[in-house]
Amino acid sequence: MPRFSRRRLLKVSGSGAVAAGTGGLAGILASGRAPAYAQGTTVHWLKWNDFVPAADEHLRKKAIPEAEKALGIKITLETIGLNDLPARATAAIQSKAGADIIMAFNNYPHIYKGGTADVSALCEEIGPAQGGYYDNARNNCNDGQRWLAVPYCIVGTLIVYRKSWFDEIGVKTFPATWDDYRAAGKKLKAAGHPLGQCLGHTVGDAPTFCYPYLWSFGGKEVEADGKTVVINSKETIESVKYMTGFWTDAHDEGGLAWDDSSNNRAFLSGTIGATLNGASIYIESLRKPDQYKTESGAPMKTDMLHAPLPRGPAGQFAWPPSQAMMVMGYSPNQKAAIDFLRWFHTPKNYEEWFTVLKGFACGPTKMWETSKMWDADPAMTPYRMAAAAGGRVPGYAGPSNQNAAEALNKYIIVDMYAKAVQGMPAEQAVAWAESELKKIYAA
Amino acid sequence: MASATVTTSLHSVQPERQHSKTGLLEDERWFATALLFPTAVLLALFIAYPFFEGIWLALTDTRVGVPGHFVGLKNFEKVWNDSIFRTAVWNTCWYTFVTTVFKLILGLWLAQLLNRNFKGKAWVRAFILLPFIIPTVLSTFAWKWMFDPTFSVLNWMLFHLGFITRRINWLGEPDLAFASVIVVNIWRGLPFYAISLLAGLQTISPELQEAAAIDGANAWQRFKHITWPLLLPVTMVVTLFSVIQTFADFQLVYVLTGGGPANATHLFATYAYQIGVGTGLLSEGAAISLAIFPVLFVVVLLQLIYIRRVEIR
Repeated sequence: MPRFSRRRLLKVSGSGAVAAGTGGLAGILASGRAPAYAQGTTVHWLKWNDFVPAADEHLRKKAIPEAEKALGIKITLETIGLNDLPARATAAIQSKAGADIIMAFNNYPHIYKGGTADVSALCEEIGPAQGGYYDNARNNCNDGQRWLAVPYCIVGTLIVYRKSWFDEIGVKTFPATWDDYRAAGKKLKAAGHPLGQCLGHTVGDAPTFCYPYLWSFGGKEVEADGKTVVINSKETIESVKYMTGFWTDAHDEGGLAWDDSSNNRAFLSGTIGATLNGASIYIESLRKPDQYKTESGAPMKTDMLHAPLPRGPAGQFAWPPSQAMMVMGYSPNQKAAIDFLRWFHTPKNYEEWFTVLKGFACGPTKMWETSKMWDADPAMTPYRMAAAAGGRVPGYAGPSNQNAAEALNKYIIVDMYAKAVQGMPAEQAVAWAESELKKIYAA
Repeated sequence: MASATVTTSLHSVQPERQHSKTGLLEDERWFATALLFPTAVLLALFIAYPFFEGIWLALTDTRVGVPGHFVGLKNFEKVWNDSIFRTAVWNTCWYTFVTTVFKLILGLWLAQLLNRNFKGKAWVRAFILLPFIIPTVLSTFAWKWMFDPTFSVLNWMLFHLGFITRRINWLGEPDLAFASVIVVNIWRGLPFYAISLLAGLQTISPELQEAAAIDGANAWQRFKHITWPLLLPVTMVVTLFSVIQTFADFQLVYVLTGGGPANATHLFATYAYQIGVGTGLLSEGAAISLAIFPVLFVVVLLQLIYIRRVEIR
């Protein structure tokens, strides 16, 4: 419960009444005056070091100063490594002190829901006004009762590949099925350009590959009741068996020890021919065209294309990672934090940030599919619909909830494939995953 | 008039109080208690409180942001049936045993070498300490680069020397990853052993060695019958500290492998972190952390008993 002094209460309630009476942010902007907060109100915003550094630069140099001016508050932006976010969030929630807004990836808001403020009003304001939230964003940030976090963006994931190397092996259009992709990968590996895929304990690359891959074979963790664990199916076992051969035939076997940035380095150094990625490889090649070149000396960016994950026997799927902002339950500055997020998601302000990212991030709402930004670079056009392609989320076919988040955080699906690739029989690897999932869902 | 009376009476009481204060401090029991008090407060705040808080957490179903209820030993039961936890138990014991043996043997050897007189002895001793001085996270990142699946300098060197024809997946194969973690731990912990044992060696009088040499004892006999028995108390203390530190190791594995591939290198601390902090299951994380305690307690107890026996002898 935030503490209010008499003076602050009068100020906040006065400005709140004015804002409410004139229609939220629109009213504030129309009045041309910043809302009144307690003197020196500072919103501490904790997020990751963006894979596109220009995005954080934009926040620091443009967005935040403008928001401070518009809202009459001070905003402190702190950026840390992606893998350090959970530790900071946990420590902050338990000690009831820390940043006012903390970024959460994927379905992590379900883990932290006991420590987050209700942001339903804001989300119900942004979503319908901007074409509606994607299922991915909704499932990751809403537990069916309230919004746990404000969806920030969805990082579209597609396979980035070297066109010339695919041409050299006679593959002129990107393979549509796993069989075709495996055949192409086999030839590429023989030519010294294997496929690259992380199968380590990472937030992004490993699960964003393994979950859609599982679904494309018809495998799923639980039934729609969200209780009955059904991972041990012939479809899952088939997917694991296929993976072991696929790995040996076509992949760079170092992927078992990769982190989320390893495939970027491997691709840009010309070690691998294709990898699932959130466009950061292409954007880096745009940033440093003189550094990243093909064998013929041409900028590598001219030899890169993007394509979705191939289709399996049960269909074609994607699970692009989503990012959200949690307004913390302990924060005494919840109103200022929510107002800042409202300001940030105003189309004009969001578009400026969105454009800087050049397609690395899709909007959390459908409105952003029609942005002109997507027309700027044909190589990035496939990312336009990348967020729309990702309807399913971990925990399928059950609801997205704390159990699904626990299974994701324990890397059970990723490790099921990793164990098989390391030599464990497919049936045994799936049985292991089943026992781990049962422990989670039984609790 | 009244105030004058009060002042007079205060003056008459003060020397008596001073006397009682100094009297208390002259009593050794009170004096020792007073001296120990700040340390006791620090220990209570930073060791005892977290420890008992950890025990309480492990007996509840606390999740991040959700206060827990008492559930008895349920978390320990859950953890015991967890295959990853069992891997972490085995890994931690094996990791501690192998690294301790290697650090002890190599440390002793290095200490013997450093105990000799040679030019630049002071510089060499200072350099030997470098792995121990550099922050663990920093040095482990350097090792991570050396073991990188794609850009490993070790692979590059071995390839150019003609020892390998294809890349070695240092951190991608479970056994190799575990071996790599062990190597880095030995590299990092070796200087602690070497310098501590060197300090122990320097307390041994050279006259004993000379007398034995005159009596015809060879180098091995001198080591076995003079150096080793006299060095044993120091060795036991060094090993005790090292075992405690290695058993609770976190940074090295967290940075190098994150517990992977497929949980093959998880230790108690890294798995407790993944469950408690990463997944928000604080009570389960606490139960995993506490599982170290009985094992470590027995190991430390045995070592302390042994040290005491050696001292009495």
